[in-house]
Amino acid sequence: MSFLEIKGLHKHYGPVAALAGVDLDVASGSRTAIVGPSGCGKTTLLRLIAGFEAPDQGRIVLDGEVLANGGAAIPAHRRGIGVVAQDGALFPHLTISDNIGFGMGRGDDKRAERIVELAYIVGLDKAILKRRPHELSGGQQQRVALARAMAMKPRLMLLDEPFSALDTALRASMRKAVAELLEAAGITTILVTHDQAEALSFAAQVAVMRDGKFSQVGTPRDLYLKPKDRMIAEFLGDAIILPASISGGFANSPLGRIAVDTNDSRDVARIMLRPEQIGLKRTSREGMSGTPDMLFGEVTESEFAGSTCTIAVRLLNNFDPPDAAAIGNTPLILRKSGMDAPAVGEIVRLTVSGKAHVFV
Amino acid sequence: MQSAVDLGRAGLPSKMRRMSQRRAPPWLVTAAVLVALFALLPLAFIIWIAVQTGWETVSALVFRPRVGELLVNTTLLVLLTVPIAIILSVALAWLTERSDLPGARLWAWLCVAPLAIPAFVHSYAWITMVPGLHGLWAGVLVSVIAYFPFLYLPISAALRRLDPALEDAAAALGLGPWRIFWRVVMPQLRLAICGGSLLVGLHLLAEYGLYVFIRFDTFTTAIVDQFQSTFNGPAANMLAGVLVTCCFVLLGLEVLVRGEERYARVGSGAARSQQRTNLGRATIPSLALLVVTTLLALGVPFVTIGRWLIAGGAEVWRLDEIGLALGQTLFLALAGALLATVAAMPMAWISIRAPGPLQRLLEGCNYIVGSLPGVVIALALVTITVRIALPLYQTLFTILVAYALMFLPRALVSLRASIAQAPVELERAASSLGRRPLNALWSTTIRLSAPGAAAGMALVALGIMNELTATQMLAPNGTRTLAMAFWSYSGEIDYASAAPYAFIMVAMSLPLTWVLYVQSKRMAGR
Repeated sequence: MSFLEIKGLHKHYGPVAALAGVDLDVASGSRTAIVGPSGCGKTTLLRLIAGFEAPDQGRIVLDGEVLANGGAAIPAHRRGIGVVAQDGALFPHLTISDNIGFGMGRGDDKRAERIVELAYIVGLDKAILKRRPHELSGGQQQRVALARAMAMKPRLMLLDEPFSALDTALRASMRKAVAELLEAAGITTILVTHDQAEALSFAAQVAVMRDGKFSQVGTPRDLYLKPKDRMIAEFLGDAIILPASISGGFANSPLGRIAVDTNDSRDVARIMLRPEQIGLKRTSREGMSGTPDMLFGEVTESEFAGSTCTIAVRLLNNFDPPDAAAIGNTPLILRKSGMDAPAVGEIVRLTVSGKAHVFV
Repeated sequence: MQSAVDLGRAGLPSKMRRMSQRRAPPWLVTAAVLVALFALLPLAFIIWIAVQTGWETVSALVFRPRVGELLVNTTLLVLLTVPIAIILSVALAWLTERSDLPGARLWAWLCVAPLAIPAFVHSYAWITMVPGLHGLWAGVLVSVIAYFPFLYLPISAALRRLDPALEDAAAALGLGPWRIFWRVVMPQLRLAICGGSLLVGLHLLAEYGLYVFIRFDTFTTAIVDQFQSTFNGPAANMLAGVLVTCCFVLLGLEVLVRGEERYARVGSGAARSQQRTNLGRATIPSLALLVVTTLLALGVPFVTIGRWLIAGGAEVWRLDEIGLALGQTLFLALAGALLATVAAMPMAWISIRAPGPLQRLLEGCNYIVGSLPGVVIALALVTITVRIALPLYQTLFTILVAYALMFLPRALVSLRASIAQAPVELERAASSLGRRPLNALWSTTIRLSAPGAAAGMALVALGIMNELTATQMLAPNGTRTLAMAFWSYSGEIDYASAAPYAFIMVAMSLPLTWVLYVQSKRMAGR
């Protein structure tokens, strides 16, 4: 039985449906990420779980306790759910120490002790406790918000894009630190984000949301390699999508015979490869002759961006004449290491590793 | 009343200075310094008189039972009125801004509208409706009704600006609605409450007509009495000195209570818009509060004026007399507004385009002078003209100077806000597109700041139109403004004849409360 259970959640704002039937199960102590473009309803879902708003329809059950059922809902302050908002939402009129201790009883003798302990857990210096929120950097503010939410020992922690205000370098380290911290505390966590890399690296379960619904829920690896449709595939990363005919676990595509992840047989299908599945090997025009079963291409564009280099490869030969014209003219866009990427004009041999995913 | 423009202070820290460090032209600095020095004249005069009179006389005049009595009256008035006005304003602001009260927008405007009615007209309305009304509690009642919008405006603006994420965070931390209000919302209203209270307090100290009607003696009424009986004796001047001290005490208190806290939103990005609380069964009592407030603050004056107009019939509309008063009032109001705006211009320009320590000092001077009661400024100008420049006594020049001094802060705040809306980059862009400097200034900054400057002028004009004390003391012989005519008729208990003047003053002020209402919305970023 799952710890958090959401069934058929609906929420409308006037004529606009923010949530149109959301179901989700979250296991105790696990981390779940909800990812989607802005306006997809992910923040609304978080607000309903937190209890800031009541759903129009549907149920939210946490640890066997019904939090919301149709219009009836337990208010936020009786739910014991921690929330860390996008910019921390620290109280500007209180010191850091009072911010962290806000949810604790004021007469608590262990209060001061506990505040220091929480600050230590989230990696804040003790000296910072007497300061005000506006004197802190964005990363520190987020840590305070986290400590404040953890102070009440929540059953469930909701993170609403907490890393989006931070700069790139800090973001990854904060994400890792927060994940470890919550894991150690055994707190079930839901992260809402529009950044797919963040979602994939943070959680054990990822839900992709679009237009107020989950289009796919699964492990990060499943979602990345076996997306349900083209939109999900492209949302989670770069994708090469090709027409193919499939049979017996293989596809015949413009890139040749490629292993696929299904045993179905179809004459018309679409397969997806992640660009990193395609390997390049430098060769020359002479090297092309006499090797009919190999695939060659010419680098037509190259864009250097430091650690990576994005290159466009135009196919020089392919195995599937009927579609050749269309595909042959659309270059493959690949991201390679900046160190040894081939230059414009070079001839390369293409190889495919792993299996291609077939869209249903 | 040196009213609501100080809203800029009340509630909203002025942090919107677009710094583009640029040296101000020397002539502009000179002009600003001259204006500030001129503004300090009344204050310097009071000190000078005190020094000249000598300590013995001063202490004899100041430490006497009469002054103690006035001090007790004034203190009690402030101590009772301000807290009641705060509670009322917070309740009204919360209901109109944060609850699902039916017709919230209309109610919001109705909470500002009492400003259109001069305080002494409020008092006139009450005294003719309840003739027995007098003393401290009557003063508190009418004062709360006449001045609570000065608190309502900044508080509602602050409520509108609050980041709802903070309240969500507090709810997630286990706080119920009431505790959220006390621990999260109220602390953030502190700046607005401090600023608004200061404004109300200063008005309580400065108001004359209101308290004469209900026979309640404050320093201001005592000074005017003294002035009328002994003209220009040291007694009036010393009372003025005590009154100024009271003003400074209020200013100091506000600075102390306000503290150096920063209540702005932490973090970036736009705040989510707020949810309105469902009132449920509390809707009817809440509506009742608004209805009662509106009835007391707008209903009583309107009904009284209407009743007297009907009772007086066509007879009270002596059109020649009214026309003359209206013409004189409009002339004084417009000329005074123009002078105040022109005088404020160098200061406003410097404070936006070349801010620095000098500018802060000058602004501080203007601000302190702006908080002085009209009666003090008038008394100072009377004495100065009589002693030093007699030909200027009771001339148009002197009364306009008095208006400019009294209402300079109003003009300054509006001008500053409107110049700030025209970033210097636009001026530079216009120059880079080939406009000559003056042309560039004209087509960008002046064009963009004109509406704000006009609104500021309108507010100054409104203040002058309803000004009574200084006008009575300083205006040239034969001047009879609307307020003066109203005052003399009602002084003769000819309430019917006074009614048309009250009606015209209110009718002309009403549109301007709309300006205030819109300004306060804009300050909240809506």
